[in-house]
Amino acid sequence: MRYLPHTSEDIKSMLQVVGIDNIDDLFSTIPDNCISKDDLQLPDALTEWELDSHMSALSDTMAVSPDYKVFMGAGSYEHYIPASVSFLLGRSEFVTSYTPYQPEVSQGTLQAIYEYQTLATRLLGMEVATASHYDGATALAESLLMAVRITRKKGVAVSSLIHPLYRQVVQTYFEPTGYQVIELPYLNNGITDLTGLDELNDLAAVAVQSPNFFGCIENLKEAGEKIHNKDALFITCFTEALSYGLLKNPGSQGADIVCGEGQSLGIPRSFGGPALGMLAGKKKYMRSLPGRLVGQTKDLDGKRGFVLTLATREQHIRREKATSNICTNNSLCALAAAIYMASVGGTGIKKLAGLNHDKAEYLKQELKKAGFKISFESPTFNEFVVKFSADFDSVYDCLLEKKIVAGLPLSEYYPELTGHYLLCATETMSKNDMDALVREVKL
Amino acid sequence: MKEISELNLPADLRYADDHEWARLEDDKVRVGLDDYAQDQLGDIVFVELPQTGDIFKKGEVFATVESVKAVSECYMPISGEIVSVNNDLEESPELVNNSPYGAGWFVVINPGNPSEMDTLMTSEACLEKLKGT
Repeated sequence: MRYLPHTSEDIKSMLQVVGIDNIDDLFSTIPDNCISKDDLQLPDALTEWELDSHMSALSDTMAVSPDYKVFMGAGSYEHYIPASVSFLLGRSEFVTSYTPYQPEVSQGTLQAIYEYQTLATRLLGMEVATASHYDGATALAESLLMAVRITRKKGVAVSSLIHPLYRQVVQTYFEPTGYQVIELPYLNNGITDLTGLDELNDLAAVAVQSPNFFGCIENLKEAGEKIHNKDALFITCFTEALSYGLLKNPGSQGADIVCGEGQSLGIPRSFGGPALGMLAGKKKYMRSLPGRLVGQTKDLDGKRGFVLTLATREQHIRREKATSNICTNNSLCALAAAIYMASVGGTGIKKLAGLNHDKAEYLKQELKKAGFKISFESPTFNEFVVKFSADFDSVYDCLLEKKIVAGLPLSEYYPELTGHYLLCATETMSKNDMDALVREVKL
Repeated sequence: MKEISELNLPADLRYADDHEWARLEDDKVRVGLDDYAQDQLGDIVFVELPQTGDIFKKGEVFATVESVKAVSECYMPISGEIVSVNNDLEESPELVNNSPYGAGWFVVINPGNPSEMDTLMTSEACLEKLKGT
């Protein structure tokens, strides 16, 4: 469906139909004290070439690959995007400012979302996936609220090795609800410490991320058993969707709800967004899922068709009893992920995941050989934590000038980890790139 | 949809304004949705029930019924504690359509105040009200 803006003629005739003189009259019900009287403080308009150069200057302040070698993942990963993704995504049938849901005019869009849902369930090993959410962080917050709805219990526990920014979003969602959010500490080997669960009661859910924020792979099966013994739902979270090409999927490990970030599946890093919130669950929890869901059906002639389904969970029908306050999805990003998964295929995702693991493992071993300590001994996927010297700050800045981003300093999020850096190597890093990093940090 | 004359409103039940029925069974009260409501809603695809132990006042929402046409809330005909819920409706919500007074029951409550039963309509009163609307 194309996006066609209204002409002033269109607007005039519509205003005539409703019997008002100008658009502002439509907003006359807004109380006077809620309306801003001042003009917006905006800078003067620029010419196109001035704007172009302004944007280029802004862009130049960023360290972006391939110009820079970025060894930073931490929730946003550098992966090669096949040409098929950008080509198909750019088709005007898909690129519209609004996702059209009316089945009469939107079979293509609805089928695309349905295909995405199908591929997502296969990747995650779950029975039902939603049409997508804003990002991994909101998908996690919605999953935790979903667990509260299902179990009618008032508290949740989350691993402190879930992405720190995701945990902040969870706090923001939960603050007005009155439900308690408890953070579980981590062990010396870099995985979540679940022993504290014994002391906790009446939990709706426990959420664990794998690979976790330190890149370490959690023992999901064992965690799931402990969590289910507490009669809580087991939520698994992820920031690196590609890892399931190599790791057992969360569904096979007993997850009740799976949520996370799908940016790795064909979506550029774009300075942190837009992203893709993936959320899937067991079929028995289907009616508690937040957000949109597309289903397959038959039309009057018995032909296959696609429609929004179970919309009775949604805000425009259930009002304040809806499962989420969000009645939309990140369709274009979901479509990118669907095209990516279909283009790369099951075998390709396996190969790519293997490549990511092997490259990161090579970098890890070379850093070890160079005398650096790997902070946590648990197995990792494409990220790991390394301890550099106490004065590494200055080396880090030096490397930045040489167009190398030497990972993410962890001290901002984990004050006890001063001098520890989270490094990432995906398929895009060559042996030369990694050797250069090791050579530079050794100096 | 049924004509009013076709409706089945058994005389041994009491009826609330929102078409919940209530039946006194010893000291407990069984509650469901009446023939008129199930017929108006059409094919029922999902029933969300409370949990045993939940306590509601008369008029509070205790269940939600979803049909192919609409979502409706069900209100407690009298106050009380839920002592039993019909778990069969989870797998077979169509029981509400097929057998609204039998296998399609919703909950059994322990009434806080059994005399509240007297505030509900008899089948004749319910029928009169339907004819009036």
